[in-house]
Amino acid sequence: MVSVIEFASPTVQALAVVALVTVEAIVLYTGYGVLERLAGPSVIERIEKA
Amino acid sequence: MAVLGLSVELLALFVGFGFMVGVFFGFFGMGGSFLVTPALLILGYPAPVAIGSSMAFVFGTAIIATMKHADVGNVDYRLGALMFVGITLGIEGGRLFVFFLEELGRAELVVGVAYVLLLAAIGVLFTRSALRADGADDEPDDPDEIPELAKTIKSYDVPPMMTLADGSKASLWTISGVGGGVGLVSGFLGIGGGFVRMPAIYYLIGVPLAVAVGTSLFGALISGGVGAFSYGRSGVIDVGVVTALLVGSALGARIGSAATVYVDESDVTIYFGIMLLLASAAVAFGEIANWTGIAAFDTVSFVLLIGSSALVTTIILYYGTKEIRAGAVTPTTTTGEK
Repeated sequence: MVSVIEFASPTVQALAVVALVTVEAIVLYTGYGVLERLAGPSVIERIEKA
Repeated sequence: MAVLGLSVELLALFVGFGFMVGVFFGFFGMGGSFLVTPALLILGYPAPVAIGSSMAFVFGTAIIATMKHADVGNVDYRLGALMFVGITLGIEGGRLFVFFLEELGRAELVVGVAYVLLLAAIGVLFTRSALRADGADDEPDDPDEIPELAKTIKSYDVPPMMTLADGSKASLWTISGVGGGVGLVSGFLGIGGGFVRMPAIYYLIGVPLAVAVGTSLFGALISGGVGAFSYGRSGVIDVGVVTALLVGSALGARIGSAATVYVDESDVTIYFGIMLLLASAAVAFGEIANWTGIAAFDTVSFVLLIGSSALVTTIILYYGTKEIRAGAVTPTTTTGEK
């Protein structure tokens, strides 16, 4: 992806960066949200019992 | 071995630093972006790369913050749209100034000095606020009330006058001036600029506080997107650095936000203030290292910035863990909103 971005025109390159960051942010937010729902309660429980 | 164009050590450093920045953002609602550019400068990245990558990071965190709030809250979209032109021109002006300084070979120096002053000023504000014994609440009693300064500015009829969502009027010149000024700071320093934008919307344009907060978050999306696009056109954004920072910060922001349920912000604010003062000193040491060529100052600079950030993160997590163990609070959610 990085190398593709490097060879594009400046505008396409900039749009690709904006699109990539947007996708990354959505994926990370969603992924960590799932992780929090699955692992959050047990992490809290472990801390309480530690 | 390289991942995202970074060595494994650098990748771990950026994910870890992103985590700490995310914890601050989630816990204090600010503090994200104005640590990223200094960290990249200290690590030797050229100023345009540091600022451009920070702007792309700001954009990512603004998207995450918007998703977290389901929407951007109480937003005056008309005001946001009117500010868009000013923000765009301001960011472009900031970017051009950075590249002008880069051509002169002075970008790292000028941006570094600006950060020394900025971090020191915010650090003093936080430390003073934490030390203030009366704990006075600055929020107005009437949520629709606007400050006297804004009333005075709004009383001047400088056409074209624009109607805001609450029915009041503000000069397009004021709106564009605020947008342009905040955009210039964002584009020059690579920051979201929420700590400037929100007060500017509230005190200068004159909208109710809740609308100022929501519209400021909307402005962060605009600033981050425009900044990432503007610097992206110059090809100076290090996508690997941005990705690593976002991987850490998205997790850190969730934990920092959850910690607000357990930890009293006033217990930790003073450490955050001191950390910002140390970060200011860290950037100053980085500049001294550049002037003198003495590598030891670079080491001091790096240790100060990362060490103080790690310490404050540890303090937040320690207080949170302590309260969970004490069973003092039974949260209904682990994503407590600020």
